Amino acid sequence: MKFKKPESLYDRNTHYCPGCGHGIVHRIIGEVIDELGIREETIGTAPVGCAVLLYDYFNFDVIECAHGRPPAVATAMKRIHPDKIVFTYQGDGDLAAIGTAEMIHAANRGENFTTIFVNNAIYGMTGGQMAPTTLVGQRTTTTQKGRDLIKQGPPLKVCELLSSLDGVAYLERVAVSTAKDSMKAKKAIKKAFQNQIDGKGYSLVEVLSMCPTDWKLSPAQAVGFVNDEMKKVFKPGVYKDTDVK
Amino acid sequence: MCQAAIEAGCRFFAGYPITPQNEVPEYMSSHLPEAGGIFIQAESELAAINMIFGASAAGVRCMTSSSSPGVSLKQEGISYIAAAELPCVIANMQRGGPGLGNIRASQGDYFQAVKGGGHGDYRIIVLAPSTLPEIYELTMAAFDYADHYRNPVLILGDGILGQMAEPIELKPYKPVVELPEKDYILDGCKGREPRIVKTLLLRPAEALVEFNEYLKVKYARIESELKLCEQYLTEDAELVVAAYGITARIAIDAIDAAREKGLKVGLIRPITLWPFPNEAFKEVVGRAKKFLVVEMSNGQFVDDVKLAIDCSRPVEFLGTGGGWYPTPEKIFEKIEAVYK
Amino acid sequence: MLNKHTKIIVAGFGGQGVVLAGNILARSAVMEDKHVTGMVSYGAEMRGGTANSTVIISDSKIASPFVVTPDVAIILNQPSLDRFEPLIVKNGLAVINTSLVSQSGSRDDIERVNIEASDIANSLGNKRTANIVILGAFIKKTNLLKPESVISAIEELFSSKKPALVEVNIKAFNAGLDGVK
Repeated sequence: MKFKKPESLYDRNTHYCPGCGHGIVHRIIGEVIDELGIREETIGTAPVGCAVLLYDYFNFDVIECAHGRPPAVATAMKRIHPDKIVFTYQGDGDLAAIGTAEMIHAANRGENFTTIFVNNAIYGMTGGQMAPTTLVGQRTTTTQKGRDLIKQGPPLKVCELLSSLDGVAYLERVAVSTAKDSMKAKKAIKKAFQNQIDGKGYSLVEVLSMCPTDWKLSPAQAVGFVNDEMKKVFKPGVYKDTDVK
Repeated sequence: MCQAAIEAGCRFFAGYPITPQNEVPEYMSSHLPEAGGIFIQAESELAAINMIFGASAAGVRCMTSSSSPGVSLKQEGISYIAAAELPCVIANMQRGGPGLGNIRASQGDYFQAVKGGGHGDYRIIVLAPSTLPEIYELTMAAFDYADHYRNPVLILGDGILGQMAEPIELKPYKPVVELPEKDYILDGCKGREPRIVKTLLLRPAEALVEFNEYLKVKYARIESELKLCEQYLTEDAELVVAAYGITARIAIDAIDAAREKGLKVGLIRPITLWPFPNEAFKEVVGRAKKFLVVEMSNGQFVDDVKLAIDCSRPVEFLGTGGGWYPTPEKIFEKIEAVYK
Repeated sequence: MLNKHTKIIVAGFGGQGVVLAGNILARSAVMEDKHVTGMVSYGAEMRGGTANSTVIISDSKIASPFVVTPDVAIILNQPSLDRFEPLIVKNGLAVINTSLVSQSGSRDDIERVNIEASDIANSLGNKRTANIVILGAFIKKTNLLKPESVISAIEELFSSKKPALVEVNIKAFNAGLDGVK
């Protein structure tokens, strides 16, 4: 375990709640970008949601986008600067609700950028409303009796959905709920960036992450929720990899 | 418009098909790549305008075009682009509305274009050409104004201008205003501090207040510097017709006919709709007894004319909604009726 | 001829080449350094509906590009005659493709030039050139533009996309010129 701060991250306290997964995901991205030596070539996008302020923590160029639109913004960025490294960092509301069209079409065009999709099954910043990825039975402020399969439908599975698109190069679902998961997550995220460097096309890593505050759980219970509940519905694994024939 | 855009260095275009402006993306799809640029047919108007957001932040001259219902969808992005102070050019070849309306020409989007359209306290520069040669010139200038003021510029045309033919004398591009160095471009932070393009100003609480104060000053500066307007036979006009875009052209035929009958009628044609050329109206208000506003809507532009003259003269109105245009004969009849 | 601008409408079925005919007129006028505007109106259908193309040619600046009451109507089929003949200005001109127009109109205050444009086009081996034949008749009657300008415009418009059609269209144009006494 390394404890040296990656150069790609500023030495600052974040605004994230205790037990939130965003800090871990930031740390992993920072390490990966350092290890690939691409910090000065990187342009990140900030989503609307809890991670909107990620530019306060990342030490490289960032553009903050309208809700759900990072894939459109990143498409233009990457086409104009094909030699730079462009990634979108998106939450479940951003990527899988209001920005579904942008995400699917950027993926289907095979845009050569990387998406880190943080799935915590809830709208965090707005105060815990139902997300497209909220589990059936999960209580939120807009599904107070739990998500109802008939009324609200089942959770949207992004990796499964995108796996049918020919334009996509790489899809993997990981988690950051345990140290072992986080190591796997780092490996996946590194591959997703390496794919872009190698010009392989669209890569997305879905990261199952904790939101103890809006789940109304302790940080330890939140880890349990990811491991015991979320992983059952959102099965970790590689959903597509054009490297594997 | 497309040739002018490419000539002016536009190297990125994103758009979504909508009649009556399909000729624009069709032309761009083949000619822009030939000029080394990038054309993307976006999956939606939202995606198109957000691609423009990204392209502008990436540092290239960029443009999108649409028609009324499509421009409504773009308003989200336009607000963000204005807030991020990024330059871009947007064309709206207006069609009949509201709703899906029809595909005939209209000027029903005046309020949307001039008074805001999207959320928040922002302004965009609005140019209203009335001929194809003017579209050519103003399109080039639009990129310059956008860069000079770091602000979106809207070219407000209509379905007629979008589909008519007129000879254009091609001129080489020459900037009409000073072009500042682009010190905001995101292209990786090699050799410099990281840059951020953002529009969220949560902390401290005063940050957004200060930014809006700053914008107010910026917009006041644009208002004091950029006002374009054409006057026709206003020196002795007792009745001043006010019209913009294609409607002004039609009005000229009616004014010529009125002059032949000895009626002292002139025309003020704003070319910038924001900033609105108030001064031109103030200048003629001493001589003019009356104004007549002609527009292809039920009455939007007319409000700004009344404001420009502080309602100090009667303002008559001839409007045609629903994608229909006023004929010279109709305007002439109205001129005769109100001229006393 | 009739007033300071000459307002022309070319009308026919979609697919008869009315837009192309309007284009050729506009290009020819540009070559002669005249002022020109052109507009197109389609029916709802892409093919087979009525289509018309309007052109204004002038020695002075053109304000309104609309043609409400044409000085000249170039008519390629019956529905177009029915629709546009009543709008022609007094002492105006109708150039009529009599191959496809059987009932001549009711106006007695306009001039008419009749030409069997479609039959002539057929005899040249390309029935799609009726639009060009009728242009020839129009030019011969009015001398509004020089035949050389029209031929250059035909060469310019066809050579980029369909160079094989330049020759037959020039033949069609000349046949139209010859078709009017």
